[in-house]
Amino acid sequence: MNRRSFLTTTAATALLAAATTLPAFAQDPLKVGFIYVGPVGDMGWSYQHDLGRKAVEAAYGDRVVTSYVESVPEGPDAERVLTQMALEGNKLIFATSFGFMDAVMNVAAKFPDVKFEHATGYKRADNVATYDARFYEGRAVLGTIAGHMTKSNKIGYIGSFPIPEVVQGINSSFIHARKVNPDVEMKVVWAYTWFDPAKEADAAAALIAEGVDVILQHTDSTAPQAKAQEAGIYSFGQASDMGSFAPAPRISSIIDNWDPYYVKRVGMMLDGTWESSATWGGIGDGEVVIGEITEAVPAEVKAEAEALRDKIASGEYHPFTGPLNKQDGSAWLAEGQVATDEELSGLNFYVEGITAELPK
Amino acid sequence: MITLVKRPMPSRMWSVTTPIIAVIATMIAGGILFAALGKDPVAAIRTIFWDPLFGPNAGYFRGQLLVKAGPLILIASGLAVGFRAGIWNIGAEGQYIIGAICGAGVALAVFPAESALLFPAMVVAGGIGGLVWAMIPALLKNRFGVSEILVSLMLVYVAQNLLAYMAFGPMKNPQGFGFPGSRNLQQYPSAHNPELIAGTGMHWGVVAALLAVIGTYVLMHRHIAGFRIRVAGEAPKAARFAGVVPARLVVACLGLSGALAGLAGLFEVAGPSGQITDAFNAGYGFTAIIVAFLGRLHPIGILLAGLLMALTYIGGDMAQLMLQLPAAAIQVFQGMLLFFLLGFDLLTNYRIRFGGAPA
Repeated sequence: MNRRSFLTTTAATALLAAATTLPAFAQDPLKVGFIYVGPVGDMGWSYQHDLGRKAVEAAYGDRVVTSYVESVPEGPDAERVLTQMALEGNKLIFATSFGFMDAVMNVAAKFPDVKFEHATGYKRADNVATYDARFYEGRAVLGTIAGHMTKSNKIGYIGSFPIPEVVQGINSSFIHARKVNPDVEMKVVWAYTWFDPAKEADAAAALIAEGVDVILQHTDSTAPQAKAQEAGIYSFGQASDMGSFAPAPRISSIIDNWDPYYVKRVGMMLDGTWESSATWGGIGDGEVVIGEITEAVPAEVKAEAEALRDKIASGEYHPFTGPLNKQDGSAWLAEGQVATDEELSGLNFYVEGITAELPK
Repeated sequence: MITLVKRPMPSRMWSVTTPIIAVIATMIAGGILFAALGKDPVAAIRTIFWDPLFGPNAGYFRGQLLVKAGPLILIASGLAVGFRAGIWNIGAEGQYIIGAICGAGVALAVFPAESALLFPAMVVAGGIGGLVWAMIPALLKNRFGVSEILVSLMLVYVAQNLLAYMAFGPMKNPQGFGFPGSRNLQQYPSAHNPELIAGTGMHWGVVAALLAVIGTYVLMHRHIAGFRIRVAGEAPKAARFAGVVPARLVVACLGLSGALAGLAGLFEVAGPSGQITDAFNAGYGFTAIIVAFLGRLHPIGILLAGLLMALTYIGGDMAQLMLQLPAAAIQVFQGMLLFFLLGFDLLTNYRIRFGGAPA
């Protein structure tokens, strides 16, 4: 079944389900559960989701009761915790890691009255919605800054896992760095972790040894920032602002901001208008935020980056606009053609110009 | 002045009562910790120990207790045999991973063929996978005298990288939109290790764990081989006179513990977990070492220790959800339990004498 017809059928059934669901009684507070893969103190991924939970509490006060369970391993433990939440009367549950996907589907099948929201996944049902952020939009802005700031013309990228989301980020950063600096090269090191300060520090050290002088990272710890500081090169905050390393080495950051989405979806639950959907918000929706660009960046570069940010936010510009070739030189996007969401969500190749090899 | 005097014989009375005292001490110390965090200590302890067993949704959690305890008991049973002989397999986590990869590999290779023989074949492959992985430290120890502790531990990291490679490479679900992780074996009837009776949590891995408890009990306490293993651990020289060949013992102990860990991995990947993913191993192989010692390396003790560990995990998650206790506080609480259990264990072998140093 192709993805688009899948989407329409789920949307249709979801509408039907929504039409037959009565709004909840106003006097009972809505119980909303959150399950995190890491500790809320990771200052990255799970921390940002927990800020979203707090935003929900701030927005709806005593109309909602939220609770969370942190550091839940993916697999059977997640399934148990999700079941636990459903049994405890949570009516809307946010599962905030890709690896919770099958656990969410299993539990959702057993609790048709409970709504689930799964971050970064692709499986949906009448009571399971998915959501993700267009991080590649933010990467385009960081890539622009990186392309201007490098003197060695070598940019480093610490990858977590070779999955489409990360590949989008690498491609987007590279495309926009090259646009402003045709001599730029991209080095990629895979850390095979989302959060492991020791491994991330090793990855940063390896990049620095190769002559890289600007580092982008798709892992959540500040270890690469510390390495960058030692080496006197530049870096960008990831997931959260990492502002303690500003103004240098951290010259800007890409921030996940789940607040608007969480507040909106909980509001729909309260109104009885919740329905299953696939949301992929970007800079324009406030889901991806570019952190402060510090004074280490020249004013004209900052202005250029901000202009790009605003063009992406307004929808005037898409970071994957042709002409673009795949790494092997074959054509991907023709002049003016824009990558479809379907292509991007399965992206498994580099664009032309990146010399690294993508692990398969 | 307090002095410790070694007992001529371990005290039977204390060996039965120390676990109970330790649990009570943990409740008191844990209660203080929870109170310091501003939570109701009685509610917290009731949520951890009582609610999963007898609370409103206990029907579900009792089954989950078996799901969580099954692999711990299965792995710990095998490890305890080796530990008794002084052979330290620290790498059960790696053998668990390799067992899962091999077992799932068989299923994924023949997908979507349905056959009643598939699951038994996966079980065999899982056991052999774990066994072969454990043979590496066995051979290196016998051939070159390399420490099995180090080699088995380091092979865990090798296995983890192999697991990530499989999840992102050869075993990646071709219908998974390029995302990592294998097909879900729960949706492949011939390969699925389902609940044998719906809602009980009982799957083949739990059955295997119970069989392992019985099997190792017979081996260690009713069979001459068990006597030899124990002698080898307690008095290696005497064992040699009694005709124990150390090299064979190394192979047998590592082989048994590796095979059981491999089986645990297979039952998990074909059942509760369903998928080969890079985060498939949840630390069962390491926790099982604690379970083995908590159970005093005795099969029945391991059975109880496995259930107790599972209870603290499940109750701990409940306490997080119901009382919003931080995960770290739960881990500290689990640590306290182990500390007190092992600490009070001292009383089994030593007597406390107050006043005057002994002669």
